[in-house]
Amino acid sequence: MSTILEINNVTKKFGGLIANNDISFKVNKQEILSVIGPNGAGKSTLFKMISSFMKTTSGEVLLEGKRISNLAPHIVARMGVVRTFQETTIFKTMTVRDNIIISHHLRSNSNLFGFFIGSSTARNDEREFARSADELLEFLSITDIGNELASTLPQGHLRTLGIAIGLATNPKILLLDEPFAGMNHDETMHMVDLVSSVRDRNVTVLLVEHDMSAVMKISDRIVVLNFGELIAEGTPKEIQENKIVIEAYLGSEDDSIGL
Amino acid sequence: MSKASKLIYFFIFLVTILGIVPWLIEISGRWDYYYTLTSVALLSIASSGVWLTFYIGRINIGQGAYALAGGYVVAILVTKYDVSFWLSVPIAGLFCSFVSMLIGASILRLRGVYFAMITLVLTEVAKLTAMSLPITNGAKGISSIALPGELSIFGISIIPDFSTLANVKLAFYYVAVILMIFVFAGMYRLVNSRIGHLCRSLQQNEELASSIGVNITILRIIAYSISSFLGGIGGAIFISISQSVYPTTFQVADSINFMLNVFVGGMGYVFGPMIGTLFIYFGWDLLFTTGKYQLLIYSSIIIALILVLPNGLLSLRIFNKSNKREAK
Repeated sequence: MSTILEINNVTKKFGGLIANNDISFKVNKQEILSVIGPNGAGKSTLFKMISSFMKTTSGEVLLEGKRISNLAPHIVARMGVVRTFQETTIFKTMTVRDNIIISHHLRSNSNLFGFFIGSSTARNDEREFARSADELLEFLSITDIGNELASTLPQGHLRTLGIAIGLATNPKILLLDEPFAGMNHDETMHMVDLVSSVRDRNVTVLLVEHDMSAVMKISDRIVVLNFGELIAEGTPKEIQENKIVIEAYLGSEDDSIGL
Repeated sequence: MSKASKLIYFFIFLVTILGIVPWLIEISGRWDYYYTLTSVALLSIASSGVWLTFYIGRINIGQGAYALAGGYVVAILVTKYDVSFWLSVPIAGLFCSFVSMLIGASILRLRGVYFAMITLVLTEVAKLTAMSLPITNGAKGISSIALPGELSIFGISIIPDFSTLANVKLAFYYVAVILMIFVFAGMYRLVNSRIGHLCRSLQQNEELASSIGVNITILRIIAYSISSFLGGIGGAIFISISQSVYPTTFQVADSINFMLNVFVGGMGYVFGPMIGTLFIYFGWDLLFTTGKYQLLIYSSIIIALILVLPNGLLSLRIFNKSNKREAK
């Protein structure tokens, strides 16, 4: 398998606090890789640096060999690394369909002036966006809520919409920030299926998550952070049996009960 | 609402402001209303600029600065360099656009009340600049600016020299309302195109917008420079009517009024600034008879309006039909 994303010796310091210390790992094409760790381990910080919402203190992130760290977020998005947000971040006063349509902006061939005068390229774009949005709605089986206002949706649908927004940009890598947070078992299982099907669209998925059962089920590989350090990396099975990881989660190996 | 009925409404609107209003003024003999309505048209152009900055999620209380700058550019070009009025107005607009890009590049990073506070200062800065620069003639300002001359293309006269006209007020009225129609038509198109959607995405969530690849910095600057362009041309024509410009022609209070026009008309509607300006300008004039209580009554009404109709006059039910028309 070929490497798509490389994280090389990435460090982030906030004053004296070290949020990420010398983190290095690789992400293979079309795999689902989870970043886990206890609260405050530096998972979200790492995500923000990969999507360039935050600058690295040192180290670099490479996408297919090209440096993407410390660029503007919209440029990183254009290169194919797109994030969803931890909180349910969507365009609230637009309909679900409009949310998805606007997220196609990256694919547009026309410039802003073309859109203003309604050039033929712009009209083609609009048609293509609408068609692709409908296709996405169907793919995520949310066609029935397409015309609802995004602010009125329940949690589960919001999360799905978040993923739809990410997919609409046609990313190479989708970063999902806690996609299972606050979900019940059924919703989680539904989301697990969804994320797996996202991978089948030729998208590499990187996710930060707390829900262990979901992570173990869905991931090809797992990276574990603790206090800003990378402490383990491997398949779900390897991670489950890793002593350091168990210690990090449970505190001591004396009363180890296994994960 | 179908395209045909949209066109019918547009036609009725055109006939009203280009035909019926001048005719009513003619038969009633209230010539002073020309001046009032011309002002409303010009101020609503500047207000629609403010509206656009609201649309990208920024509270803009600095439009007076650009209106003043636009006024001075025209005054200087016409009096000192003998440039045609018709050329000076777009130059004034572009000048304001350019200045706003320089200012906007840094201040548009600010959000909410911080951006509002900085823009509030801009008007005062513009006034002080006009007071101190030699070319703007300090506190004395620039007066006796020539009326707009003839506009001709390839020797064919399109607009006659204003000084030869019997009714200059009517001529200015036509210039202002026709410009207003073009500005609002352009704005309507802008908002209903992809650009409008992108602006809305900025207004709602800049982080998410940039994560889907929108260049938020450039888009903010474009919106702000269009806004300032409109402020510039509005101010430029405004001072040409009184044929004079002073550092106090547009003050902080005027900047606040531009913002109020948008609030009162309705921030969610393209035509909000037009209705808002009409309401506020006429309302203020009508309250003139109340003498020393004018400001008290006026402010109370404005406060009550904002409390009762936070989405502006256009959110009233009688306008709802037309709202749907605009949204589609």
